[in-house]
Amino acid sequence: MTAHRSTRRWVGLATAAALTATLAACAPGAQQGSGDATGATAEEIAAALQEESSITVWGWAPQLEPIVEAFEEKYPQIDVKLENVGTGNDHYTKLQNAIKAGTGAPDVAQVEYYALPQFALSDAFVDLTDFGAGELEDDYTASTWGSVAIGGGIYALPQDSGPMAMFYRADVFERHGIEVPTTWDEYIAAAEKIHAADPNAYITNDIGDAGFTTSMIWQAGGQPYRVDGENVTIDFADEGSTKWADTWNRLVQNDLVAPVPSWSDEWFQALGDGSIATLVIGAWMPANLESGAPDGAGEWRVAPMPSYDGSPAAAENGGGGDAVLQQSENKLVAYGFLEFLNGPEGAAIHAANGGFPSTLADLESDEFLGYESEYFGGQQINEVLVQAAKDVVPGWQYLPFQTYANSIFGDTVGQAYASKGDLNEGLAAWQEASTDYGNEQGFTVEND
Amino acid sequence: MTETRAMTQPAKLAGRRPAALRSTERRSSTAPRRSILLTIVMGLLALYALLPLFWLVVNSTKTQQALLSSFGLWFSGDFALWDNIVQTLTYDDGAFVRWFGNTVLYVVLGAGGATLLATLAGYGLAKFDFPGRRAVFAVVLGAVAVPGTALAVPTFLMFSQMGLTNTPWAIILPSLISPFGLYLIWVYAIDAVPTELLEAARIDGAGEFRTFFTISAKLLAPGFVTVLLFTIVATWNNYFLPLIMLSDSTWYPLTVGLNAWNAQAFTAGGEAIFNLVITGSLLTIIPIIVAFLVLQRYWQSGLAAGSVKQ
Repeated sequence: MTAHRSTRRWVGLATAAALTATLAACAPGAQQGSGDATGATAEEIAAALQEESSITVWGWAPQLEPIVEAFEEKYPQIDVKLENVGTGNDHYTKLQNAIKAGTGAPDVAQVEYYALPQFALSDAFVDLTDFGAGELEDDYTASTWGSVAIGGGIYALPQDSGPMAMFYRADVFERHGIEVPTTWDEYIAAAEKIHAADPNAYITNDIGDAGFTTSMIWQAGGQPYRVDGENVTIDFADEGSTKWADTWNRLVQNDLVAPVPSWSDEWFQALGDGSIATLVIGAWMPANLESGAPDGAGEWRVAPMPSYDGSPAAAENGGGGDAVLQQSENKLVAYGFLEFLNGPEGAAIHAANGGFPSTLADLESDEFLGYESEYFGGQQINEVLVQAAKDVVPGWQYLPFQTYANSIFGDTVGQAYASKGDLNEGLAAWQEASTDYGNEQGFTVEND
Repeated sequence: MTETRAMTQPAKLAGRRPAALRSTERRSSTAPRRSILLTIVMGLLALYALLPLFWLVVNSTKTQQALLSSFGLWFSGDFALWDNIVQTLTYDDGAFVRWFGNTVLYVVLGAGGATLLATLAGYGLAKFDFPGRRAVFAVVLGAVAVPGTALAVPTFLMFSQMGLTNTPWAIILPSLISPFGLYLIWVYAIDAVPTELLEAARIDGAGEFRTFFTISAKLLAPGFVTVLLFTIVATWNNYFLPLIMLSDSTWYPLTVGLNAWNAQAFTAGGEAIFNLVITGSLLTIIPIIVAFLVLQRYWQSGLAAGSVKQ
């Protein structure tokens, strides 16, 4: 549910070693794992939920705790052990290690959309089609469902989503006489104006972040990753990728973005005092602004993210769902928990605790749409954010080894950021390193 | 035996005297002229080492809000240190206290055990001649060269087979091995424990274990304390191994627990508690500083000098 964690590259370095060692487990081979039909009917699942048993859940989302409490109240026979084993990468490393070891994995695990293909294709997660998850498609937004439906199976149920929007400081825009930009050209013009007026102020921050870059290319209509079973194509020279890199070059090369890592205390400080004027980020951001940048209360607003031609286009940034593991010995209850967690009951608790839902019923409810955020000066922010969810460009895919690819982003595209070079070249280097790795792991990776 | 007991007496007394004081006295009489350049370099190094500590102390007095809206290297806003400490100790049902206890457990059993094993083995290798000693030497040197981080994943897979992951043993058992400590004791014991002394003890009829505990152990004390300090710091700061081994937060040490608190802000709807992370970090380093201050006075070499009449 985090979008990105560039601040924690040092952890990335350490975990990269672990991932290299463990990713061997994730090479394709035994894929499309529904061979031994583990499925069950709704009646069997309902019956299992009435018998005494326990399941273990790994996840870091703060909303999990109240949802687990509600679940245990409804099904008093079931004992749910909720464990936070780390946020993002730490969590995936542990999951991967337990899968490799063949023991010690939980029954249910939180997983972000970008990391899902890696676990799905290595047969670590249960194909939920066997439990009747196929019928739930109409409950979720198209983009989140598209993220969990992989290679003909369904490997997780969506929890939250992160359609991108532009969060901006109305006070900063007003002070500099800037209209809310609707195109990236206008956005760059605004960036120049803000930085010229105050050398310490920037339109946004960006030191290079894999999650942000892939989302931005997604919005530009790029499809650098195409995955068909073991055949993978990586092509960062396609039109969308180039369009983004050319545009973003103008910001990076002219020092128009703050060299501040996201999620650092410096970042929260800048969001509070307005020296970072916009964030183009997932719809889950409001709760983090309220908690992390209380000084910015009343000043922030949200608008659709700028596009290249002015017509609405968005992408998903962050967000994830929950999956059942093949190692689980209590799959019926695990799936029953998933239906509660990711279904209407869990979604309501999730939204009430600052999450941004992926369920259509919640997104389209009048109560949700009409919510006036005090932090955002009374703006009905969900109107904008729900519209963004509808504007997500279809067709995006992540790599089946995306967590590794993201871990080497800093060594490739990050270098282009640091040297203020050409981002296209950085993307080319990233493509090459990812291609080599994919081939080593037993995929057939091609570049167009 | 009365003779040997008398011999160790001066050593004991010497150990109680503040070592730092003695050594400065000795050094000042023979010290060369002060170099301005070296003084400046040392000053910069001291600043480099102390600035983060200063930052930590300053910022642990701030509220979460003041933390993000004030200059980092000076005090600002309400003095919230006591509030922060209380919150740190009670947040999340007192998780910090639990993690603190875990860390102490890992240090006492892990670092204590590692030091004991390293001392026994290092002494044995230094003072007893037996076939295969050179092979042991090669293995120990090789083990010093391999960083613990590189072994974490293989160790995890092995422990996983044995069903030890997610238990305190997963942290304690690997902590018991300290090849560097063994090597240090080995080298130290060669000079610190005069072979003549051991021979004298043997002639007096003392068994090897008695010799070790009544004579050698005392002579080895500075080396022992040095290794103890190293292993305490290493176990106290151990991050990667528990990160990989443990999934149940009730067994987390402070390092992993504080990182989990820190990461809390990075997620949708997460509560930012940087003030508690900073205060927690301050509380975390205090025992290490105390351990260092208490143990450093034992940390001196040349204890055995003059204990043998030659």
